This record gives sequence, C-alpha cells and structure tokens, in this order.
Amino acid sequence: MAETATTLPPAPAREASRFEVRTFLTRYGAWIALTLLILVNLAITPNFATWQTLNVNLTQVCAIVIVGVGMTLVIATGGIDLSVGALMAIAGALAPLIFLGKLFPLPHPVIGIALAFVLPVLAAGALGWCNGWLITHLRIQPIIATLVLFIAGRGIAQVFTNGNLQVFNLPEFQFIGLGRVFGIPFQAILMVAIVAAAAWMLRRTVFGRQILAIGGNERAARLAGIPVASVKQRVYLISGLLSGIAGLIVIARNSAADANLVGLGMELDAIAAVAVGGTLLTGGRATVVGTLVGALIIQLVRYTLLANGVPDAAALVAKAAIIVMAVWLQRQGQR
Amino acid sequence: MTEEMAPLLSMHGIDKRFAGIPALRAAELTVEKGEIHALIGQNGAGKSTLIKILTGYYTRDSGEIMFDGKPAAFASPQEAQGAGISTIYQEINLVPYRSVTENICLGREKRRFGLLDWRAMHAEARALLARFDIDIDVRRPLMAYPTAVQQMVAIARAIGFDARLVIMDEPTSSLDEREVEVLFGVIRQLKAAGVSVIFVSHKLDELYAVCDRVTIMRDGRTVQVAAMAELSRLDLVTTMLGRELTLVLQEGHKPGNAADTAEPVLKVSNLAVGRKVRDVNFEVRPGEIVGLAGLLGAGRTESVRAVFGADRPSAGTIRFSGADNAISQPADAIRAGMGFCSEDRKLEGIIPDMSVRENMTLALMPHLTKRGIVDETRSREIVDRFIKRLGIRCSGPEQRIRELSGGNQQKVLLARWLCMNPRLLILDEPTRGIDVGAKAEILNLIRELASQGLGVLMISSELEEIVEAASRVFVLRDGCTVAALEGEAVNEQAVMAAMAHGQEEVRETAHG
Repeated sequence: MAETATTLPPAPAREASRFEVRTFLTRYGAWIALTLLILVNLAITPNFATWQTLNVNLTQVCAIVIVGVGMTLVIATGGIDLSVGALMAIAGALAPLIFLGKLFPLPHPVIGIALAFVLPVLAAGALGWCNGWLITHLRIQPIIATLVLFIAGRGIAQVFTNGNLQVFNLPEFQFIGLGRVFGIPFQAILMVAIVAAAAWMLRRTVFGRQILAIGGNERAARLAGIPVASVKQRVYLISGLLSGIAGLIVIARNSAADANLVGLGMELDAIAAVAVGGTLLTGGRATVVGTLVGALIIQLVRYTLLANGVPDAAALVAKAAIIVMAVWLQRQGQR
Repeated sequence: MTEEMAPLLSMHGIDKRFAGIPALRAAELTVEKGEIHALIGQNGAGKSTLIKILTGYYTRDSGEIMFDGKPAAFASPQEAQGAGISTIYQEINLVPYRSVTENICLGREKRRFGLLDWRAMHAEARALLARFDIDIDVRRPLMAYPTAVQQMVAIARAIGFDARLVIMDEPTSSLDEREVEVLFGVIRQLKAAGVSVIFVSHKLDELYAVCDRVTIMRDGRTVQVAAMAELSRLDLVTTMLGRELTLVLQEGHKPGNAADTAEPVLKVSNLAVGRKVRDVNFEVRPGEIVGLAGLLGAGRTESVRAVFGADRPSAGTIRFSGADNAISQPADAIRAGMGFCSEDRKLEGIIPDMSVRENMTLALMPHLTKRGIVDETRSREIVDRFIKRLGIRCSGPEQRIRELSGGNQQKVLLARWLCMNPRLLILDEPTRGIDVGAKAEILNLIRELASQGLGVLMISSELEEIVEAASRVFVLRDGCTVAALEGEAVNEQAVMAAMAHGQEEVRETAHG
C-alpha cells in the first residue's frame, strides 16, 4: 500500500498535468492523428511511400479541401452552407456547355476555354451571394437558406444539360484537374495556394478578424460597429466561388460532367473536414490549415482501409467515428 | 383576514449560499389566504432565489417553510405544483402553433385506451378558461389569439383547478395597459376564490393598484413587511434601495463649470421606443457626466440603445453634436463619435474567445490597417498604452478576455471606445458585477475622462454611484423623463422622490 502511495504524484499536480494533456490534445489532436496515420501506413500499407500514393491521395482530397476552406469561413461566422455540392454541379454543367459552344457561338476556342474557367465560377459565386442575401436580408437561418439551393441547384444543373452526361476531351481545360507542374498535380498547388491565402486572410486582415468576431459574439460585433450583414454576405460569396472552382476540378479530372454526381455529398464531406480540423461549429474559432489536416485525415483513413482490403462501407463507419472523436475532443477543450 | 387563521404560507429564517456567497440571509415571507402579496427588491436582492426555494428549484441551507399548516420541502417544481403552488414567468412559455387545448393540457394529457381523449381535454380547457370569463374556440392554434388571451391561457394553464398560491414574476412586462387591466381582473377573481398571489413587479402603480401587503427585500434579507395602504411610495422606494430619508445632503459640489453653458453634444427630445419608452428627454454637454436614474423597467437602457442606433426609435429626435445625424445603426453612431458599453458584458460586450488586444481594437480595427491588413505593430502599441493607462491586469495583450475578471473585462471594453477618441461615451451599468476596488477605479477613470472634455451618459441602478459621479441627473419613470436635477438638487433624496412620484411631488416633499 505504501508503494502505491509513493508512486502516485500529489493530487494537484496530477490535475494540472491532466489539464495540460487535454489542452495539448485539443490543440494538436488533428496533427497527432495525421502523423499516426502516416506512420501506421508506412508500417503496414504496401507501396505507401511512393509518388503515386501521394498523388492519388492529393487528387482525392483537393476538391474537399477547396470547398472546406469556404465552409470554414462560413462556419467561423456561426453559419453553414449546404449548397456547396449543388453549386459544384452547376459550375460543372456550365463549363462544358461554354467550351463546347452549346451556350453561345465562340469566336475562338481559346476564348471559349477562358470563359469556361471564369463564367461558371462567377455563376457559383453569384448564387453564394444569393445565399448570403437570404440570410442577412430576409433573416432566414443559414441551414434553411442554403438548403434552398441544395435542393434546387442540382435540378438547375440538369436543366442546363437536359440531364445528359457531357463527355469531352480538352487538355487545355482539363489542366486544372489533370495538369502537372514539376510533377506535382496542378490542383494540389491550387489547393495549397487557396489554403495559404485563406489562412493569412483570417489571421491578418480586418475582414478575417471581423468574421471571427461575428462568430464569437454577433451582438457584440454589431455594437462595435462591424458591418455584420456585409461580412456574412462576402463569406457566402467566397464559399460559392470556391465551390465553383472545385466543380471545375472534378469535371476536368473525370473528362465528363454529370450533373447528377458532381459534388454529391460534398457539403457533408466539407463539414466533416472542418469539424475534424478543429474549427468550432458554433463559430468564433476557426483554422483553415486545420481543415486541410482534417480532410487529409479522413482521406487517409479511407485509403488505409481500402489499401488493406477493407470494403468502402466499413470506411464510412470509420469516417463517422473520426468525426465523433474530433467533436468530443473539442468539447473537452471548452471546459 | 382574521387573526386566528394560520397563514397559507410562511417562510422563516431562510438561508441560501451559492459557492459560499450568501444569497439569502434569514429571509422571511408570509402570505395569508386570499391575499395578494407584493414581493419587491432590486436586482440581486434575493426575490427570485426565495421564490425558487419555495417552488423546489433550489434547496435551502436552513430555515423552515410552512405551507397550508404543514411543513413543506418541495424537491422539484412538479412537487410544488402538485401541492398547489403555481408559477407564471415573465415570458409566456407556451407553444404558439398548437391549439389552446394542447397548451393547457400539455404534460397532463388525458388518455383513453392509450389514445388521447380529445373530447375530455377540450371540455377541461373550456371549463378552465370559463373560470376567467374567457370563451374562445379551444381547437384553434394559440397564436391566432392576441397576447392578452395568450397570457390568460398561460395563467389558466399554470393555475389549473387546484392552485392555492400563484406566483407571478413580472407578469405585466409583455402586456399593454388594457391587457394589464384584464390581468388585474383575473387576480381579483383569484382572490375572491380564496387563492393567494405573490406578485413580483417593479411598477409601483401596479403594486398599489392590486396588492394588499408588501414584502421588501434587500441584500438577501427581508427588510420590511407592511400593508400596501400604510406605506407611502417614497418609503417603499427608500426601503428598497436602502437609503435613509434623513441622509445628509451630498457635501461638496460637482464641477458645474464651463460645461454649463456649452452646446450639448447630445440632445434627446420626446423619444419613444417600442412599449417601454414613451417620452424621454435628456441632454449631455461636453465634459459633464449625466446620470440616467430610474427603477428597473423605467426605459433607461432602451433609450440609450436607441441613441446609439442599436434599436429603432418610433418617435422623437436625437441630435448628436447639434446636427441631425441619421444614425440608424451602431456603425453610424461610432463614426459620429459615440461609444457604448452595454449592460450585459458577456452577451453584448466581450468576444470571449478573442484576446484582450483584439477585443480592445475591435471598433478601431478599420483605422488600423494598410489596405485591409491589420497593422499589428500599431495595434500592439495602442493596446499596451491602454493596458498601462487603465491598469488592466492581464498576463499580456494576447490573453483571452474571458479569463479576465469582470472589472478588467470592463476596462478593456472602456478602452475599446477610448482608443477611438469619442465625444460621447454611453455607459449602461458600468460597474455591475465588479468588485469594490475596481468599481472605484472605473468611476475615477470616468471622472477623469469627463474632465478632459468627454461627454458621459451613465445609467446606474446604484443611487450612490449616480449621485456621486453625475453633475446632472435625469430621472425616468415608466418610460417618461419625470425630473431633471442639477447641481445642489442632485442628491439621493431628490432622485428617489422623483423615482417614486415624478416631478410635482418632488417639490411638495422638498417643502414639506
């Protein structure tokens, strides 16, 4: 008995160390999980440490991360955007229509390709702006306001294409999904650039701090003179623009645009990445880099299970378990 | 009421501590059968704690409760309800989209063969409402009826058929004058039926209109129990606030200097906002501290929120710096040179997850940028300066504000406005929830700022504070400015008299 007494540190010290472990876990939990996953894979998954594995995983995760960045900003204001998948479908349906010349005659193929990049993204942005307008001006709850386009958006995309699958082979356009720069997929570079820009914006600019202030305490933010409506409006606009870009990447990768499938379930994948990454779902605390890590974790778990012969269905359960873990960890940090 | 009849309720020597801090100290409350009993006191006087102990929401630390001749210790609100004690809260806790019957029978549905027996429930709802002379179609959704009817339904639901004691916590705050009359009718009916009522309200007129006796609480103690008819309004207010009428007039004099003649920086006339503010007038000159006094619900907070553009006024003019500024939102007010520390720091002031620095520069941030990017160096300079100047105790500018004490949080919020160089600072209860030392520091700071030319408009429920700090005091009562006191006239006696009676009576008592 005396032995047990000596091995146990005094109670207050134990309390303190437990508290530190807890804060450490909440702050770096996502990074630790990612490192562990990579180590496990190096040990058990055949051919893990290859360029090909890296490329496969990066291309799988790009669209989720790009949409997730927009979602992070939206969630940072205390909102949510369910329309991202539908906006991807709309952008994905519009682009082929433009570069195939079905929408309007093209003076030159290059112009067609340029417009095919710009117009669909702007269209998705405009719809995102509409979400923001519903939320700020009509005071509709974000989940309902964005549900409108979640339901209608895919329908709109199908109306554009008469429900047809649009197949194409246009390397200049598909560069966004298939191209490589120094051997690195272009979409991965785009993803890193977007993550870096958004992370910097959130930390350093007035706009970024205003986003967090609104999510942290909207009433206080308004009384401090922050233009709440305009900030929220811009956040949903950004989420729309990024969804548009993600839509283009997906169709370029597939050499086909199927309005039924592009971005299907993306809203939930993006929200999962945000949650796992450590952004507070009630707003006020957000990390864009965390979202990147969160998306990588989800992707890697799925890859690990698949590469080791576990069926996709089981991978979905693992994904759910990760989300529960992440949210539980967050709550620990709040105490 | 006969002498030999035992009271319906007697609470004796009730003590209650929260985390070691006493909330109730030997509190007393006695309610006779069929009596309408007023329970009054300021915020934090212990009224609601006492009621919650009675209804089984909290357990008492010591003391005894006798209800209906038997010792009572209710373990839960349900138990209290079962014994015949009903509570009606300020807000109407009903389901607007469901039928009147469903609302009345919620939680005690009648069943037949496992199914809901609608016929019996409708009959019960109708019978219950008939007691209050209300004849409506109980099948229609509650929201189809006006607020007064909804309030009646809430009361009917709470009282049911077997209430012996009904507790009403500010039941009139969501009602207009006519609806209040209907409610009073109901209360008198209850009395006639032998039901007792505990009536919590801050509106003196209502207390005198309907109550038989009054229990006044202060600092967790019962300080006076009296028949309503034998207690003057002034006595009631002074007892509630804990001030003696014989108090010596405030010594010394406030700086009534150049500010007296200066153009007012803010002039508010005939302001009306919603239901709470009807006709409010006041002004603030540069370099003076103006106090807004009044009981709870007098319309002070609502008035200043309208001035700051946080709420929309329904009538009246607000002139800031002599020009008609169109202030329709807080951002406009801030641009024009106003700052506003709201009453509820947690809900409307701090952004808990952000650092001291970010909270302090929240309003200033747009001016601290180069092309949208926050200039961290300048921001840190300013924050360091204010931390030093206001003596904010924190581990550093990057500490999260929620980890600071109430007083230090308040200083950060003051600094949020001071770094903007405002011309008018509006402070709503600036020292609420702050320890004594920090309180004095904050008041000194406000005084110092005013002496440098800042106009300060201060709301406080603490008379001492208002009288000590302000050189002019406007007293509000039931949404109207009833008195403007200046110079020598700013003393606790005069302010209290105005809170109780309004301007006319003030003069009377002053002469008598």
